[in-house]
Amino acid sequence: MTLSLWLIPLLPLAGFLVNGLVGSRLPKALVTTVALAAPLAAFLVVVRAALAVANHSVALPYSESCPIGWINAGPIHIDFTFALDQLSLIMLLVVTGVGFLIHIYSAGYMAHEDGYWRYFAYLNLFLFFMTVLVLAENALLMFVGWEGVGLASYLLIGFYFSKTSAANAGRKAFVVNRIGDFGFLIAIFLLLANFGTVSFSGLAAALTANPGTSVALLTTISLCLLVGATGKSAQIPLYIWLPDAMEGPTPVSALIHAATMVTAGVYMVARTHFLFDRAPLALTVVAVVGAATAIFAATIGLVQTDIKRVLAYSTVSQLGYMFLGCGVAAYSAAIFHLVTHAFFKALLFLAAGSVIHGLSGEQDLRKMGGLRKKLPVTFWTMSAGVFAIAGFPLLSGFFSKDAILAAAFNQGTFGKGLYVVGLITALLTSFYMFRLWYLAFFGESRSDDHSHHPHESPWSMLGPLVILAILSVFGGWMGAGEGLGRFGAFLAPVLTPLHPAEPVEASLEYALMGVAVAVALLGWFLAHRFYGSKNDRARALAASAPGVYNLLSGKYYIDELYNRLLVQPVLFISRYILGWIVEGAIVRGSVWVAAGLINLLGEFLRRWQSGNIRSYAGWLVTAAALLLFAVLGVTLGAAGITVHFNWVGH
Amino acid sequence: MDTQIISLILLAPLVGAILVALVPDRGKLPAWVALATTVVTFLFTLHLPAHFHYGQAGFQFESDCLWLPSPAIHYHVGVDGLSLWLIVLAGLLGPIGVLASWNSIRDRRKTFYSLFLIQQTAMIGVFVALDLMLYYGFWELSLIPMAILIAMYGRTQSDPGGPKAALRFFLFTFIPSAPLLVALLWLYAKTHTFDFTTLQQAIASGTIPAGPLCWLSLAFLFAFAVKVPVFPLHGWLTDVFAEAPVAMAMVVAGKLGLYSLIRFHVGLFPVQARAAAPWLLVLAVIGILYGALLALVQKDFWRLLAYGTLSSLSFCVLGIYGFTLSGLDGSVYQTLNEGIIGAALFVLFGLIYERFGTSQISVYGGLASKTPALAATFTIASLALIGLPMLNGFVGEFLVLSSTFAGASRTLAVIATAGVILSAAYMLQLIQRVFLGPISDIASNLEDHDRDFDLDFRERLVLWPLAVLMLVMGLAPALWLRAIEPAVQPASLPAQVHAARPTPPVSAQLVVSGGQQ
Repeated sequence: MTLSLWLIPLLPLAGFLVNGLVGSRLPKALVTTVALAAPLAAFLVVVRAALAVANHSVALPYSESCPIGWINAGPIHIDFTFALDQLSLIMLLVVTGVGFLIHIYSAGYMAHEDGYWRYFAYLNLFLFFMTVLVLAENALLMFVGWEGVGLASYLLIGFYFSKTSAANAGRKAFVVNRIGDFGFLIAIFLLLANFGTVSFSGLAAALTANPGTSVALLTTISLCLLVGATGKSAQIPLYIWLPDAMEGPTPVSALIHAATMVTAGVYMVARTHFLFDRAPLALTVVAVVGAATAIFAATIGLVQTDIKRVLAYSTVSQLGYMFLGCGVAAYSAAIFHLVTHAFFKALLFLAAGSVIHGLSGEQDLRKMGGLRKKLPVTFWTMSAGVFAIAGFPLLSGFFSKDAILAAAFNQGTFGKGLYVVGLITALLTSFYMFRLWYLAFFGESRSDDHSHHPHESPWSMLGPLVILAILSVFGGWMGAGEGLGRFGAFLAPVLTPLHPAEPVEASLEYALMGVAVAVALLGWFLAHRFYGSKNDRARALAASAPGVYNLLSGKYYIDELYNRLLVQPVLFISRYILGWIVEGAIVRGSVWVAAGLINLLGEFLRRWQSGNIRSYAGWLVTAAALLLFAVLGVTLGAAGITVHFNWVGH
Repeated sequence: MDTQIISLILLAPLVGAILVALVPDRGKLPAWVALATTVVTFLFTLHLPAHFHYGQAGFQFESDCLWLPSPAIHYHVGVDGLSLWLIVLAGLLGPIGVLASWNSIRDRRKTFYSLFLIQQTAMIGVFVALDLMLYYGFWELSLIPMAILIAMYGRTQSDPGGPKAALRFFLFTFIPSAPLLVALLWLYAKTHTFDFTTLQQAIASGTIPAGPLCWLSLAFLFAFAVKVPVFPLHGWLTDVFAEAPVAMAMVVAGKLGLYSLIRFHVGLFPVQARAAAPWLLVLAVIGILYGALLALVQKDFWRLLAYGTLSSLSFCVLGIYGFTLSGLDGSVYQTLNEGIIGAALFVLFGLIYERFGTSQISVYGGLASKTPALAATFTIASLALIGLPMLNGFVGEFLVLSSTFAGASRTLAVIATAGVILSAAYMLQLIQRVFLGPISDIASNLEDHDRDFDLDFRERLVLWPLAVLMLVMGLAPALWLRAIEPAVQPASLPAQVHAARPTPPVSAQLVVSGGQQ
């Protein structure tokens, strides 16, 4: 049977076109209908495909090609081919499913905003590019989706474009992502130059056929891909755009900057794992980047006071876990964490959005407090998210985080080091999440503004929260059991690494679980000590080590560092060295030398020319007329007088 | 029809120019005549792709007759895959140029449109001429109206904006034309022909010694490189962009020079072109980065566009001198892209300038909320320029960069790819400073007027087809590449193969295709 995969991206594209072109003139209800119908229809196509896979009425991998290729030039042949395998199916379910929920939520959240149609047009455009990214059967088509989601992200971060900070954040996101895309492009060039193809199946086959392919080459390619992945998935050193991206509307942060787009780097590494498997050094770098990002971002998250920024650093940190998982060749575990993270982080962002909505735009945790009673549904759903991300037993985050940590522990001494970093990160995660929980929902209200009363959100927003809360609580069970249970077994045909690790012994597994649970509880306990009741402990701790505190709240001053070391020097060189010296003195100066020569010639010519530009124009018209008649005569002569003008009729 | 169509295309604008000169200078009448002429010309140019034999190398729609017996100058014109789309592009830019000048040219309309139409003929003439003297005539003819119009319609009021830019343009393009003419005459003296294919064979068969060939090829290269422009010969570009009327500025750079490089530098002197390639590759890569870096710090949007154009034209040069098939494909494609994207950006800047009267970027800001359609169109054109996939700029850049990487030099390709980052930086910064952020004084003044400042019907008519073209060219490049590839194939082959065969396959096909017409 055919699955009509092409419908999955094209439906949201149609939604984008309708709302983008005529949305400003349509009634709001119609805009909403179009905007929600598109992802729902795409989700249904995915579900149909999933059912077909479950019934075995279609064999994976399954692919569909556009009969007309995309780029055919010389040796380069690139097609529009969409492929469905176990990995892309899972990604598609998450992208369209969570995407649809967030569309519903947006209808409530954005109801009173100007540019409602524009918002949904961009959101549909994002889904188009994201599904292209996931379905792409070759690296260049994936790059289309890759840059495209960057565009959608740029547009949505800058949605409130009259705010300078939002416009800056959008541009920063795009440009930093472009640095990553530079790496991705070089990787594509390397693949084309060395293998003559960018098709994933073609590359995998080529590598299987030639086991002797140079490891140095594969390492280079993998590292270039990793540069791309660090851009899109906000890893060190290119993570700096993601916290700023919180300038966008909160549902955008949930969909693009937490659940789907930022996981594209993880998806890409998993998709090309046959390259990374053969490049052990690159894998090590992936693991180190992941672990370093995880702990680094978590430490910043400890002291942030903006509710969305806490979640943003948490996202960076959790993405680090996924890279850590990929780096220890536990691709299925990384994808598992990607899925559970999509549930609980989307939930956390949407719940935070509900809090912000209820408080009429307040994002500062220091001004919240006591919301447990006032926003009960938001509180309970958010609690599900907090406990899930902290890794409480039997919740989704517990299974997936544990799978990554166990895989790391299993990788020798080096892996045990990574495990320790991951464990500390888990402690920090639990602490900052419970800190947020206590600050927002417990104690007394600390708001200065007593005119507004917090109000619970409409059901269009609470509905998605409840569904995501259920998924966050129970979603982990699909990966419970040995080798990630059913989830692992389903993905095994695609994601089994070249050198599979020994399975972790059951007793060790339970011990690791015990440690993880203890750490999560410790984080909760510490957060409770500091923020559970009204006390001065947090402030006293900050005051006792002001250097550390400032370093963390200043985000290690990385933005300032990049500005000093990269941006300012580039601008200095462009403005002064290139602009003044090279351009001003050499390139343009040389003309005046030539001009001097011509002036001499001009003096000479002036003796017998009027110098009047109109007389030149007159001469020109005369000359053109002469030319015209000459050409006319010649052409007609050539055509032959007997047949003249006959050709006009044909 | 097929043998006469090119003559028709060349004649139509000239007839229009005479008509414009004859009609009374009443209101917009000259503009209407010019518009009708350019539309007819454009429709004529569409005949070419409709009846082109795809997949066939060599010239089609050929017409050859003796014009002057001594020196033997022929009226020899023809089209191949290299020139096909450039002619159509030139045809398309005709009506767009007229519409872009609709309101901005208010006085001496007859002069303006006459010269504009002559320039139109000259430009198409450059693409179709297969006799080198005829080519030279068109080449020179294209420069004169340009220089006059820049002088007459200089944009800045500051004395002497226009004339100074015109002088600069004139100096830059006329000085290199002189050695080009000398080289042509020298070739004629040796071979007694100006015919392109005859000369190509004569040079390939070794009639002319290597020493003079080297000088000849340099004379050609110099003339064309200035016109492209190739770094560091771009000294005229910024002033011309800042001063020239929009309709002129959008055709002044790129196409003519790049076409001439491929046809006459690489085509006539394959061995010498290869020898010069390493230098040109390096200059191209410098041009990409240099243009982008300077665009990053410009305060005037015309100058920003000039440096951005330098940067994207350098991609075309990079593709040509890599001598790979896909790179040449990409170069020609990128030339078309540059024509379309550049035209759109010029029209957009032109209408912003028309509304607000300044090109200082710093006084703008927050326009998007007042002029959403303008902002959206500008964003699409900018995204095409910075090479967003699915838009046309990406296809050209990708082909050029990937073939440079696989063929000419990995290091150069990697450095050039960094230009991709910078292009995003300068274009998005421009968008932000003009359209986003808090509403500037200039934008808030709009509320005092009753007029709607967003795109009007005429502007949509110009811009939206261009935007659609950017998308279609990004999605289905095959429509264009299938004509381009056979035409650039010979240039990608090693030069010695060319010289070794007594009758190269290209010319063999030429005879056949010529005979069929």
